[in-house]
Amino acid sequence: MNVLVCIKRVAMVGARIVVTPDGQEIDTRQLGFTVSPHEECAVEEAVRVVERLGGAVSVVTLGPSEASEQLRDAAAIGATHLVHLKTDGREWDPIATAQALVEVVHQLEAERGVYDLILFGNEAPDTGDYQVGIRVAHSLQRPCVAGVKNLEVTEQSALARREFRGGDELFELELPCVLSVKEGINLPRYPSLPGRMRAKKAVIEEFAPVWRASSVIKEGLRVPNVTRERAEILGTGIGAVPALLALLEQIGVLT
Amino acid sequence: MLCLVETDDGVVIEASLRALSFARSLAQSSQARLVAALVGEIPEMTASTLGSFGVDEAYAITSAKLDAYAPVAWAQSLRQLQAACGASSLLAAGSDRGNEVMAHVGALSAEPMAANCFAATRIDNETVRISRQRWAGSLIEDSLLRATPALMTVAFDGVSSQRAEQSTTTTVQAFEPHLDESDLATHVAQWTGRSSGISLADARIVVGGGRGVGSAEGFAALDELAELLGGAVGVSRAVTSLGWRPHNQQVGQTGTRIAPDLYLVSGISGATQHLAGCQSAKRVVAINIDPDAPIISRADYAVIGDLNLVIPALVAAIRERSSMTS
Repeated sequence: MNVLVCIKRVAMVGARIVVTPDGQEIDTRQLGFTVSPHEECAVEEAVRVVERLGGAVSVVTLGPSEASEQLRDAAAIGATHLVHLKTDGREWDPIATAQALVEVVHQLEAERGVYDLILFGNEAPDTGDYQVGIRVAHSLQRPCVAGVKNLEVTEQSALARREFRGGDELFELELPCVLSVKEGINLPRYPSLPGRMRAKKAVIEEFAPVWRASSVIKEGLRVPNVTRERAEILGTGIGAVPALLALLEQIGVLT
Repeated sequence: MLCLVETDDGVVIEASLRALSFARSLAQSSQARLVAALVGEIPEMTASTLGSFGVDEAYAITSAKLDAYAPVAWAQSLRQLQAACGASSLLAAGSDRGNEVMAHVGALSAEPMAANCFAATRIDNETVRISRQRWAGSLIEDSLLRATPALMTVAFDGVSSQRAEQSTTTTVQAFEPHLDESDLATHVAQWTGRSSGISLADARIVVGGGRGVGSAEGFAALDELAELLGGAVGVSRAVTSLGWRPHNQQVGQTGTRIAPDLYLVSGISGATQHLAGCQSAKRVVAINIDPDAPIISRADYAVIGDLNLVIPALVAAIRERSSMTS
């Protein structure tokens, strides 16, 4: 079972995002970096599938030099093949990102065999495009389901479940297929010390994809104006309970 | 202007009403007709809802092949309908299904798809100026979308559902798409209906708890309060990561988006991840020990104090009140 997981380095933003003076990107100077919770779960799921059925987990990212950190984080919990599509820091749109991924998948599959499963996070937290995995699936002509919260993989097929309006949808896909997963599909493990040591020494295979202009032309980024007034303080400690009770009565929650 | 409308038991879902409101304002700015697409029959009741939102025409996409949801088949149907009615924009709600179907439309047509837009104006035949959400609404991107048709989904938070000033009489027509077996290969093989009880996404009252609750056992008081108020319990990502509560109770960017009348939130500091999930709450009442926590500046009302004292005291007060009134 060959599994490929696609991840994206993103900033760990705090309660309020700061935009650079030119309004083109977010100011990340004070921030750490990570991957989305969905993607942490995608890596964990890939490792579990391979632990059960054998095979290997590859992880690919498209991003700046520093994104090698996120590849190594994935290696620390069990990915053994790391692939870095190095960019110069410019933003890549979903079409260009999918195209670069498809090209590298073709190249890697020619060398190493087909990826039975290609996993994505449901959406990137920063740009929130909800589509790179689906575009990759169409280019590769493989079936695809988004938002997967439970996965059972056999040698031939994948049973993928997801939530839909309080119920459950089940899809049965033939392999190879593409899935985007959501946080909650598993609880990712913490990396072990030997895992972290292995990750430090892991070899990263590098590619230099060609950036393509987008037909969504970004004019700028801004932080929304939240003009909400500061909260009315009802009181302190249990002394505030009568005021809290009165408020609940007033807004009709208690009848 | 063609807008996919989703229904649940024949009722148009709130996210689609918001998408229709967005679509109507874009249609007005570009002097286009507002056309709705629904998969399946359109009952009279649904047509009248569409009329009150200003829909000129509605197409019932009907095919025996569409009995089970199949994302590619939905996307193909929408593309064919868009071509047939010559719509310059095609959009859907920024729901799980809406984002998925529109991503397939984008992939099939090799055109860009702008997810979670909350404002759009047509500039010329090829261009729509859009504002869309990044970071689940904590950041706004202003862009020019240059594609025909312009493909968009509509952000749930940031667009309200507004009826048209003047209702229209919606003309309902059937549309039969041409679908291949390959369009149907990925489909819902089995659907398990919703479990009983109040779902977090639909709850009118949500009692929220975060790391400040202190332990899995600490949630007993919140469960009790939620039950008394007829609401559901929601938690922060920290709580599910610690294994105190299941992920389906997580409110936030990577959990459930809630839109209750009251969000009574305690022991949650208010990270972007969490706030992204409760932007549509009508009223936020925060209980927090730290008066400078970000959640306090997002709340309408706040109690500064230890939730593990305040919540049990509130539960006791509510019980006492109901024993007096009964």
